[in-house]
Amino acid sequence: MPQANVILLLEAVFKRYGSEQVLKDFSLEIQDGEFFTLLGPSGCGKTTVLRLIAGFEQADAGVISIGGEAVEGLPAEKRPVNTVFQNYALFPHMTVAQNVAFGLRMAGLKRAETEKRVREVLQLVKLEGYDNRSPKQLSGGQKQRVAIARSIVMRPKVLLLDESLSALDHKLRQQMQIELKQIQRKSGITFVYVTHDQEEALSMSDRVMVMNLGKAQQTGTPREIYEQPQNLFVAGFIGEINVFDARVTAQTDEFHYQIAIEGVQKQACSETRLESGEKVHLLLRPEDMRVECVEDRPDGVTGFFGRIRERSYTGKTLDSLIELENGKLIRSSEFFNEDDPDFDYRIGQRVWVNWVDGWEHVIRQDLD
Amino acid sequence: MPSFRRIVITLTLSWLAIMVVAPHLLVLFASFMTADPQQLAVWPPTLAAYARVFQPIYFDVFAHSLWLSGVATLVCLLIAYPFAFILARQQPVWRNVMLVLMMLPFWTNSLIRTYAIKLILGKKGLVNTLLLGSGLIDQPLTLLYTEFAVIFGLVYILLPFMVLPMMASFGSISKEYTEAAKDLRANAWQRFWHIYLPLTSPGIVAGCLIVFLPAMGMFYVADLLGGASNLLLGNVIKNQFLVVRDWPFGSAFSVTLIVIMALMLIAYYRANRWIQRKGGLDDQVL
Repeated sequence: MPQANVILLLEAVFKRYGSEQVLKDFSLEIQDGEFFTLLGPSGCGKTTVLRLIAGFEQADAGVISIGGEAVEGLPAEKRPVNTVFQNYALFPHMTVAQNVAFGLRMAGLKRAETEKRVREVLQLVKLEGYDNRSPKQLSGGQKQRVAIARSIVMRPKVLLLDESLSALDHKLRQQMQIELKQIQRKSGITFVYVTHDQEEALSMSDRVMVMNLGKAQQTGTPREIYEQPQNLFVAGFIGEINVFDARVTAQTDEFHYQIAIEGVQKQACSETRLESGEKVHLLLRPEDMRVECVEDRPDGVTGFFGRIRERSYTGKTLDSLIELENGKLIRSSEFFNEDDPDFDYRIGQRVWVNWVDGWEHVIRQDLD
Repeated sequence: MPSFRRIVITLTLSWLAIMVVAPHLLVLFASFMTADPQQLAVWPPTLAAYARVFQPIYFDVFAHSLWLSGVATLVCLLIAYPFAFILARQQPVWRNVMLVLMMLPFWTNSLIRTYAIKLILGKKGLVNTLLLGSGLIDQPLTLLYTEFAVIFGLVYILLPFMVLPMMASFGSISKEYTEAAKDLRANAWQRFWHIYLPLTSPGIVAGCLIVFLPAMGMFYVADLLGGASNLLLGNVIKNQFLVVRDWPFGSAFSVTLIVIMALMLIAYYRANRWIQRKGGLDDQVL
């Protein structure tokens, strides 16, 4: 990627609150126009990153530059970024239009120009005609839009969103995810979004950084993060996953290996080079598992035997919890097949389990 | 057998009727009677007392009293505003400690504290002794029996009543508003003017009313610290009842004072409702 397009750069940033080291040697590079998401459990430091960029906190060490200029020591009001707060923080004594115009007024923009830009941005967030409403009279989704409008009217180089959808109910949240993405595309502004909701992160972002304990765990496209997690934390945080302990016994060709797993020998592919005898984790999503009734299992394929412990119907899929013969519990998630409308398991039924060849993901054990 | 509920309500209403309504009615009634040195007040009914309230000589006392109370309120405001601001930003533990420190003197009777001020401000009081001793002045300053002394006393006694509602106002401003304002390019002055001041205005108005209204009636402060020429409305009323024994005139003065207070409270509620309709500031103060 060309260096000229980097809009936001954090290099070796450290931040400590009291005795707690929140960020340790943290680095981040975001391209102009990207929808970038910081994803992690609460307390992982993702909000601190946002506050450091916004200028509400100052880093103990390290460089932060926005649009190629270091912003060290600049207070929040002088940085070319804007924040959409978790609880919106709309000024209660101002109307919608006054809220949106606030930043432009503070920056000393002419009245006519201010009014024009407020009109444009209210149109962009689909709130025409709401100018004179007070924040009290707005629904959660509308407040959300005003908060976004109030920030993007400033035409920031980077827009920071702090768990902005978490206060909305599920359905509205999904609708706002789509709208947020549209607003981002239309305005062309770089979005940095902070969330603990993996579904949200995957569905909206161009790239995602998964964080834990103040460190980046993995950065990549949603697909990379989901399909090729680099460690067990990422694998476990993004959706459900089955983790098998395995050992490499031999290499069969460039990318394929013989492995010993749960007492049987199987084939696995891996793009990273593995050594014979090396301990690995084999990761499989529930939807990558194949479950068959014992009598229907294909000939000449090794797999595991187990019993159904739980089954739950979710509408789209049939999710099962299966106990293997050695006691290990795994999850599977199967889509309904139109040819087999009565497809279901009995609890306690004996089944045969395998996975779709090539859908496994192998990571070294020493990486944890 | 009467129910417990009925007994409680009857007791409360009787108490209110005897202790609140009856005295006020008596005062209102007396204000329309004719003064009499022996009988205190006699028939026939007349408006003479009210006519005297609006005579220039009493109007001057009235205006001067308003001025003393007004300045005291303003000084309270100027001290309490930054004080409440700092207080609201402390950790809850420290805030409570500071609040207790502020309230501590108020567990002592205010009359006693007013006497203490008298000792501090007198010709041979603490201030003059210190200033003379340090050689800053050679003649003792006249501090007692001045406007300054009355205002000083009023401010001292009434300051907490200004701080408390204001602190509630500051407490209701979430940190996010400040950060949002910073985020939107507002400098410190702009944040104060556009965010803090409007959002704390209900607290300012409430605090001013809570200080200003009692300040007009605190006769003992003016009696002990003010001398003959610095009277509060409370002094005028007290003198009419206890010294001059012109009850109708004292009553008329009382009624006028109550009407003024009532008008100010109405104005406050109107303004508050208007703010509520316009922007929706929650006022948990009054």
